[in-house]
Amino acid sequence: MTATTEASPLPPKRRLSNAQRQVVSDLALTATLCVSAIATWQALVSFGIVSRLVLPLPSSIPASLASLIDSGALLDNLLTTLAEAAAGFTIATGIGLALGALIAEFRVVERIVYPYLIALQTMPKIALAPLLLVWFGFGLGSKIAVAAVISLFPILVNTIAGLKSCEPGRLDVLRALGAGRWDCFRLVKLPNALPFVFAGLSTAVMFALTGALVGEFVGSTQGLGYLIVQANNLMDIPGVFAVLAVLCVVGTAIFGAMQFARRKVLYWAPNEE
Amino acid sequence: MGKLQRLPDRHRTSLAGGATLASSASPAAAITVRGLGKAYATSAGEPIQAVSQVSFDVAVGEFVSIVGPSGCGKTTVLRILAGLVDGYVGSVSIGGRVVHGPTPDIGVVFQDANLMPWRTVLANVTLPGQVLRLEPKACRQRARELLALVGLAGFEAKLPGELSGGMRQRAAIARALLHDPRILLMDEPFGALDAMTRDAMNVELARIASQAGKTVFLITHSIAESVFLSDRVLVMSSRPGRILAEIEIDLPRPRNLDVVADSRFANTVLHIRRLLEQTGGNPRVTLAH
Repeated sequence: MTATTEASPLPPKRRLSNAQRQVVSDLALTATLCVSAIATWQALVSFGIVSRLVLPLPSSIPASLASLIDSGALLDNLLTTLAEAAAGFTIATGIGLALGALIAEFRVVERIVYPYLIALQTMPKIALAPLLLVWFGFGLGSKIAVAAVISLFPILVNTIAGLKSCEPGRLDVLRALGAGRWDCFRLVKLPNALPFVFAGLSTAVMFALTGALVGEFVGSTQGLGYLIVQANNLMDIPGVFAVLAVLCVVGTAIFGAMQFARRKVLYWAPNEE
Repeated sequence: MGKLQRLPDRHRTSLAGGATLASSASPAAAITVRGLGKAYATSAGEPIQAVSQVSFDVAVGEFVSIVGPSGCGKTTVLRILAGLVDGYVGSVSIGGRVVHGPTPDIGVVFQDANLMPWRTVLANVTLPGQVLRLEPKACRQRARELLALVGLAGFEAKLPGELSGGMRQRAAIARALLHDPRILLMDEPFGALDAMTRDAMNVELARIASQAGKTVFLITHSIAESVFLSDRVLVMSSRPGRILAEIEIDLPRPRNLDVVADSRFANTVLHIRRLLEQTGGNPRVTLAH
């Protein structure tokens, strides 16, 4: 009460909370690890312990990356791969959500479709890539198909699990009002399933990128996967690493975007990650 | 969204109180139950008789409780009244009409608040309006009034996760009242709350029920709670649940917690406790004896 006059015995020093201090020290450790790993790598290669044909000098990668950027090759091929992944992901999302809803809501559909789903799920989908190339050609089509096939399952499985996980008590609230099936679905089950759906989408978006790259490995004339195969064939190992670095950044950016979208859409659900 | 809610049948029930639905009701009885019995099949296949030969009436505007030991089939009775369970014997009518599934004449408050965590408190309270295709603007207005009635004014924009258990249950009561049902069914609404909050909520419920002028049918296993709140208490035996006695509570209203000191209150509680002891059901009842 009387503290107003004697309120500032301490100078207003900026102090970090314990949590902030923890974050700072974690970041410092991560950075230290990164720098020392690159330094060790540089040393191993420059002292000839590891051949430059196997590992490029880390210092040679930026130059390689710069030439890819300057020639415009990087942007073109990056956009191609992203477009394939995005198209595949979109198709997978549409099919995954619709089919998942049908399976979760209608027992008949579940009984008919489920055996096939399990059979398909246990099969490594990447094995389909050569076949899809034959079916959809060397263009974007086959890459979109591979991306879609690979990213479909996480979405489908999570959608089904989410829709089926609804607490019966929440549904009772609607049923006691005489709500129909559609109202129960849109007002309770679907929002209730969103955390699951999002977990599926987060996995699927990475799978879609993988699918697009695998499609390009199998046969293509453009895309980051094509760039990797090209550089590899020319023994341009710094070139391969340059594309890998780009993929790393792209993957991180996509992950960040998904996290951001999750926080926006699932403001009400605690974050599990 | 707004367009969706203005579907042609939005006047199926009006916010004014479902007066159209009341036309065929007998004037005195809000709920009539005759010879009600319900058996469930266990996973082993043998039937378990949950309730048997249950008959009672609840008059319009009356506050009636059922007390009984855990697992005596109280909840089954309530779920049948709410139209959530079928496959029973006997007859059940709400407002003079035989129950065939849920009716908007009824608002239900469940054991858990069952709020939708993705909806704000206000949007949770207006949820019945969306199901019954009521006019959204009127619903929001009424939801605000109800939230004020249950003491949650100022919490409209909060998410359920930000509320305490007692506040969530208040919001659930407001939600049950949104479409102005004439009957409120409550299944141990305060069972999950601590004793202090529970007392406070009971005082609130007595006030809300009398202010809103509803017929209330409450299920509880707290004898004191049933006596404090009710005009009449139905005492139910352990499984298969039967009505052992109907006890009129002639304590004056409005009641506050001081009524606990009233000898009539204590005697009634004791009387019900004895009745329940004779059925040999509930350790909670015999403990305090």
